[in-house]
Amino acid sequence: MVKTKSKVIQRDAVVVKFVGDSGDGMQLTGTLFSDTAALAGLDLATFPDYPAEIRAPHNTIAGVSGFQVHVGSRKIETTGDQCDVLVAMNPASLKSNLKWAKTGATLIVDENAFDDAALKKSGYTENPLDNESLSGYNLVKAPITQLTREAVKPLGIDNKSADRSKNMFALGMMYHLFDWDFKNTFDFFEKKFKNKPEVIAANKAVLQAGLNYAETMEALSSVFQVSKAKIAPGRYRNITGNIATAWGLLAASERSGRPLFLGSYPITPATEILIELAKHKSLGAKVFQAEDEIAGITSAIGASYTGSMAVTTTSGPGLSLKSEAIGLAVMTELPLVIVNVQRGGPSTGLPTKSEQSDLYQALFGRNGEAPVIVIAASTSANCFYYAYMSAKLAMEHMTPVILLTDGYLGNGSQLFRIPKVADLPAITPPIAKANDPEYKPYRRDPVTLARQWALPGTEGLRHRVGGLEKEDVFGNVSTDPLNHQKMVDLREAKVQKVADFIPEQEITGEKQGDLLVVSWGGTLGPVLEAVEQMQAEGKSVSHAHFNYILPLPKNTAKIFDSYKKILVCELNSGQFVNYLRMTHPAHQYLQYNKVQGLPFTVSELTKVINQTLEEK
Amino acid sequence: MNNQPNLTIERSSVELTKEDFVSDQMVKWCPGCGAHAILSSVANVFPKIGYRKENFMFVSGIGCSSRFPYYVNTYGIHGIHGRAAAIASGVKIANPHLSVWMATGDGDSMAIGGNHFIHIIRRNIDVNIMLFNNQIYGLTKGQYSPTTPMGSVTKTSPQGTIEHPFNPGELVLGAQGTFFARVIDAVPRLMTEVMFEAAKHDGTSVVEILQNCIIFADKTHDTVTNKEHRDDRTIVLRNGEPMIFGKDKNKGIRLNGTKLEVVTIGENGITEDEILVHDAYQQDPGIHLMLAKMAYPHFPVALGVIRSAMYPTYDDLVEEQISYAKANGKIKCVDDLLNSGDTWEIS
Repeated sequence: MVKTKSKVIQRDAVVVKFVGDSGDGMQLTGTLFSDTAALAGLDLATFPDYPAEIRAPHNTIAGVSGFQVHVGSRKIETTGDQCDVLVAMNPASLKSNLKWAKTGATLIVDENAFDDAALKKSGYTENPLDNESLSGYNLVKAPITQLTREAVKPLGIDNKSADRSKNMFALGMMYHLFDWDFKNTFDFFEKKFKNKPEVIAANKAVLQAGLNYAETMEALSSVFQVSKAKIAPGRYRNITGNIATAWGLLAASERSGRPLFLGSYPITPATEILIELAKHKSLGAKVFQAEDEIAGITSAIGASYTGSMAVTTTSGPGLSLKSEAIGLAVMTELPLVIVNVQRGGPSTGLPTKSEQSDLYQALFGRNGEAPVIVIAASTSANCFYYAYMSAKLAMEHMTPVILLTDGYLGNGSQLFRIPKVADLPAITPPIAKANDPEYKPYRRDPVTLARQWALPGTEGLRHRVGGLEKEDVFGNVSTDPLNHQKMVDLREAKVQKVADFIPEQEITGEKQGDLLVVSWGGTLGPVLEAVEQMQAEGKSVSHAHFNYILPLPKNTAKIFDSYKKILVCELNSGQFVNYLRMTHPAHQYLQYNKVQGLPFTVSELTKVINQTLEEK
Repeated sequence: MNNQPNLTIERSSVELTKEDFVSDQMVKWCPGCGAHAILSSVANVFPKIGYRKENFMFVSGIGCSSRFPYYVNTYGIHGIHGRAAAIASGVKIANPHLSVWMATGDGDSMAIGGNHFIHIIRRNIDVNIMLFNNQIYGLTKGQYSPTTPMGSVTKTSPQGTIEHPFNPGELVLGAQGTFFARVIDAVPRLMTEVMFEAAKHDGTSVVEILQNCIIFADKTHDTVTNKEHRDDRTIVLRNGEPMIFGKDKNKGIRLNGTKLEVVTIGENGITEDEILVHDAYQQDPGIHLMLAKMAYPHFPVALGVIRSAMYPTYDDLVEEQISYAKANGKIKCVDDLLNSGDTWEIS
């Protein structure tokens, strides 16, 4: 074959999306692509987008699985609104994802997959590869299936088995397009298929064939050059939000000396945390896959009473089931971390799509006056830090903490600068001393108002806790009206006092101005990028992104005082903005909401911000 | 089992007495309630078990029975309705050095908490469950429960219940229970004897206590448990002893084909040799299930330890897996974990 001389296009960021049938291996392709990008020194963010069904009907729109990767030499805040390169393995995936491709984007399609049956199933009345419908794009019609089969024929591999490696052909083409080394991916094959040499050989042959083929293609004659990102020095890895959450919890357990206990029940998209923690028995983590969500949290409460750093992980519907038990943890004043990886609701809702609509549930979803700390992570990587802080605050303040992440953060991945456990803030739970004559179950620390943690087995501290109202200090069952008032007030004050132990709210941009854009949790990337674009245009826009939700940072009101307008953007119908209206009623709030199971795009936000600035 | 860490619960260095387990709280059960006798049996048996008093822990759910933890001076959690078994599972897994006891009722464990009840048993977590079966909801004042006999008139069944009740023993054995015993609240000697056996058993033990609710289901077990005819209508099973009962010690249980039957020794040439000898420790639950299901009037109700079979416990297996992973795992600390797999330096 003749190698075409490649033209080089310099780019500071490129968005690539791999789409195909749910059995086509798009998640693996995307992961390998992003790992290689990271090794090439780029910053990145990824997002898998897959159907709720394990294998939806073949070649249908419902069965399309996707993986989007945003790589760049600049700081990558989002997974990208639209892609520069769309790799589509079948008609259904092209049909459902074309709207996410930029005008002029490169479309790489497996032309062999565009047969009559597949076209019909995806709802195309005629083959889009044969008419003018894709003329606005750089269309690359590659016979991926055919060339994959040919590539492995010398190895004696049949067509059916060969077709399982089609994704590696596409990946090979991408490695040409970015001029990246594939050694890392070859190493992965060696490790992954250790005892299947024929599979290693097949995957290597197919990837190489894809790369060779791309080199000869006129349409791919220009390759992207994305220079290394300017990233703070240090040791890095790729990490998803769910893994980061699991590791943050393990770090908090090690640092506090309290053994980790997880009681959990599988639920999308939180299950990966359970799976990850189950791997780490060598760190002493006890992982109990319970019979249901309620047993998940109540077993954790039992473990917490004995002195474990107790955790339960779930998603929206599971949090509903745990509500009563969270009340028990509030009443018994036991530390507990409840992780809610939010998904679209209500009810079963959109299990694999992301939303921020569980905020009310986290803040208010219990019977009685039952305050808990609520924290929200905002990037896949900082799930580590906020999981750590959730555990720290739970133990030091003897209270349940709800940590909100979401499917987008949990499944998405990012570069993660590896910290040293010793550099993380110390965790010092208030553990009661044996035979302390002063010990009373509900005597409180004057500064934090936390009661002490008296561990079973310790001499001289036998005591009972439970869901019935407790007598102040002594902890006996009490129905005394004034005692109840006092205990309600104390539990509220204890949670509010946490504001003295969390950082002040930070601002991106000027400390005062025309507009403050407010957001929280998983929307940091697009909101920050939109604000930065506005700032680059000289607009008076600043950004406050909240991670500490209950209590709010102490300087919140002061910040709100400094701007003419406040615009709160969130992926629900206005839960945080209403919470602000309740807690900070002196200010006027504008709101922008979307509830489509999709993240914000930077372009929609810049439009809204511009409109808000223009409106008198 | 090899590799098994030594999980014996620390024993008390001093001799304990009943007073060591009496709490300072006023006991608020109705006068005449069967629960008083159960409380007294626990306070009697705990010193005999011999563990440090700090190593006992009580867990309960909701209901009259579930006030129990407040009345014994041990560590304790009074939980929420139905969840005692799940809370106790967490306690025992997190700290296997505790002797964990659970007080629950027929509604708490078999209605709202049915799921947790069968799963703790299936997992064989070493928790001692005292099931106060008074066949009624007492704390909510008299609604029928999953063990209320069919046809009973209660506040929520004015024309009589139309539900088939659970036999707790059947449920326990169906869930692969390794220990099941039955006692009567009015016979404290048998109660303490059985509780001691339950404590010794490694795995989930369920002791069904036929308990009287003097207010809402008074004399519900009377047909069987009344002193007048108790000897003829119950049989106390003891391992290795023939299944003989009756005032005159002349009735027995034998196996006829695949079924149990009651026979009179000395009648129709029946001798003691034909009477079944109780083997509580056998693995096969077949006969145990038949014994647990025996009901008046065709059979005497079985009391005592019906089944006590040895199986690995969940909590032991957890410790075994953790010890193995700690000894053989590559990741020894979180720093190892953070730096595992693909990482790279950016300078």
